[in-house]
Amino acid sequence: MFFNLKSFIKRMSLKMGQLKFDKQLCFTCSTYDCLVKCQYLDIDREKARPEIMRMIKGEDSFVLHDCTTCYACEEYCTRGNHPFFLITDLQEQLDILPAPKPLTTQWINMTEPTRKDIPQFYGATEPAITLCVFPEHIPAVNESKLFNELSIIIGRYFFCQLVYLHLGKPSITRERLVKVIEHIGNHEFKELVCFHDECYSTFTTYASAYSIDVPFKPVHLFEYLYSKLKHYEDQISPLNIKVAYQRPCSSRLTPKMEHYVDDIFELIGVERVSREYTGQNSLCCASVIRIQQKYDLFKDNQRKNVEDMVKAGAEYCVFNCPMCYSSLSEAVTKKGIQPIMMHELCQIAIGEKKLRK
Amino acid sequence: MESIYYSLVNIVGEEYVSNQKEELFIYSQDSGMMDPHEPNFVVLPKSTEEVEKIVKLSNIEKIPIVVAGGALSLSGLTIPHQGGIILDLIRMDKVLEVNDNSRYAIIEAGVTTGKLKAYLERNHPELRFSMPDAPPAATVVGNIVIHGQGRLSQQYGFNSDMVTGLEVVLPNGEVCKIGSGSVSPYWFAIAPLPNLAGLFLGWYGTTGIITQLGIKLYPKKKLRDVEVFLVEEPKLVPDVVQRVTFTEMPEDIFIGAQPYPPAYKDLIMIGICITGDTEEELEFKRKLIWDALRPHIDSKEGGFMVMTPEIKQELLEIPSSSTTRFADVLKGGGFEYCGPIIPVEKFPEAYKKLLEISSKYSLTYGSIGRVIGRSHCMMFTFGYPFNRADSKNIEITKRALYDANVASLEIGGVPWKPEVPAQKLIMEKMDKNTLKLMQSMKNFLDPNRIMNPGNWEV
Repeated sequence: MFFNLKSFIKRMSLKMGQLKFDKQLCFTCSTYDCLVKCQYLDIDREKARPEIMRMIKGEDSFVLHDCTTCYACEEYCTRGNHPFFLITDLQEQLDILPAPKPLTTQWINMTEPTRKDIPQFYGATEPAITLCVFPEHIPAVNESKLFNELSIIIGRYFFCQLVYLHLGKPSITRERLVKVIEHIGNHEFKELVCFHDECYSTFTTYASAYSIDVPFKPVHLFEYLYSKLKHYEDQISPLNIKVAYQRPCSSRLTPKMEHYVDDIFELIGVERVSREYTGQNSLCCASVIRIQQKYDLFKDNQRKNVEDMVKAGAEYCVFNCPMCYSSLSEAVTKKGIQPIMMHELCQIAIGEKKLRK
Repeated sequence: MESIYYSLVNIVGEEYVSNQKEELFIYSQDSGMMDPHEPNFVVLPKSTEEVEKIVKLSNIEKIPIVVAGGALSLSGLTIPHQGGIILDLIRMDKVLEVNDNSRYAIIEAGVTTGKLKAYLERNHPELRFSMPDAPPAATVVGNIVIHGQGRLSQQYGFNSDMVTGLEVVLPNGEVCKIGSGSVSPYWFAIAPLPNLAGLFLGWYGTTGIITQLGIKLYPKKKLRDVEVFLVEEPKLVPDVVQRVTFTEMPEDIFIGAQPYPPAYKDLIMIGICITGDTEEELEFKRKLIWDALRPHIDSKEGGFMVMTPEIKQELLEIPSSSTTRFADVLKGGGFEYCGPIIPVEKFPEAYKKLLEISSKYSLTYGSIGRVIGRSHCMMFTFGYPFNRADSKNIEITKRALYDANVASLEIGGVPWKPEVPAQKLIMEKMDKNTLKLMQSMKNFLDPNRIMNPGNWEV
């Protein structure tokens, strides 16, 4: 029995679209951490309050123009409100484009499903993993016992679409997300492992903030990897290496999953180096800053990030997000640090691959 | 014909002459749209002396002689429209000299671009030449003869502007040298002598056969990088090119547009390659280019694309294999393009015509052009892949190509390496006294009209 699309869309159209944003939480906030803690805006508590009030009223603010869309304010707000989602909604309402028009067009076109994606559409059975739009990782999933028995869904029919939050087009995210959930729903999965952190954050925090039903349980890759590693614990050889972890922007929506990074590192004998830019203070990979054409900030951000890794003695830089990998791998390599995806590190720990020195 | 065959055997040896169907078939066509026509003989000489003798024989027998290198012009320039002898110079493949100090190489006419690239990488890694994006089987001389462009054309002009000397077998069989090599052992330049190289460049083998070439080499920097600037509005392209070339920083500027994959739909990509010996040098150049385009970025009308390392690698590849892949996108091995040389300011009009023609004939298209000189002009392509096994598709593509040639001339451009029908269009529009001069030159050099007949027929 297939997922009932008409019924789903009808339900969604009644509920969806409105951000769950509690203004009272902002009125009574004493810290305005969402803006004060921002690494890219120079703003103190005194200046933050009127800007937040402006945005709550739907008015323009310099924040909407200068925001790097790093997602971090979602995490800085300890009261469960959604400052970042408010910012992106307002950018669209006020026609403020964070990136040039051609780049926005490019990203909108890039993830539109085409006929070529159809072969990836059918045939997956549970348990399954979504590889988002990163086919380069198919071999790893197919060949590793960490992923055996998982069938793969991949391609633009399953792309979570959260990227449009970086481009001031969140309505496209929501419009397409409903269809993506429908496509996944057609498989009637109860659970779905999300290879990309961004997919997980979309199906959990973002969908919830906009009352979008998700008829399956998303499973974070790191949670999945941790449980598989526990299963193969007797086969793990401690790697005895020092690593830095590049936190993806979307992890700001699901900070509760962050402990799995340390849990995995501990299990496979990896030392996470002590850094200035870690946890809440993590720096963005700067890919989006480049899309926004803030060249000096892009260079400065990457320089600070990589220098911090070097200073902390990292030998490897571990990634979850392929976009972060793409953005930073060259910069870290030039400084003698090896870039590596988390799942590859886990494969090495159980002896499936060798460590690149 | 039999006596000609044996005369040719006497000159080059039996192994290097053929009148067999399979060879004649291969040399009867290229991957473009021109109708095939078989030669009577295929001959592979090994030396200038052999070429000289073959040309003298052709004069006696009044048999056409068509020179082929890689035969990759796509516009039928090496198709023997009137039969005769195909002279494939592929065996004349020696790199004769590389002068490190004066930075030039002397090569035989059959040296391919791939071979010269490999030779320099192995023996002179600090030097390079302006490699075109043709398949590496294309010959350097073939590319020069058609006024080809390469990776250094934005800095130094057409590849034919980089010629330092020629050895030519004239249509009467005499051999002569052009440039400093005619009075000195050093082939450093065409100047300061009368520029006789112009009698052979752009003539497609109708005025003589180039057997040796002196070509400029350039410093090869250790590092290369590429940025791609995106715009939606074609009218912005000339200004982008103006600003970027004004910095004098780029190695190469290419301009592309294609509807597939979706990431490139409705966008114009301006690729800007830079080189440097250090990261600092690269960064200096990159920053100047970003700063030069800041007004377009601030207006939100343009921006630099974010690329994965894989995309970068593909764009930096010399020659670009993506061009070849696009050429077979419809399968069936057919690809043709009209690549007019146009003023850069005419890009918007050319782009509009490209879309109109593609829409009129329901054809997919690809356009990848190159800035030549510091915005002095550019090559624009109306590129159409087609299925060679589909006669209807061929017919439609032919019509599109014709329209593209007409459009190119209408907007003030000149079709590059034009096939015979496009040559006729050009000559119809050409100044009458220029035509008369061309005719006089051909009559003077090739009174028997044996050299690649059908081309530049005034």
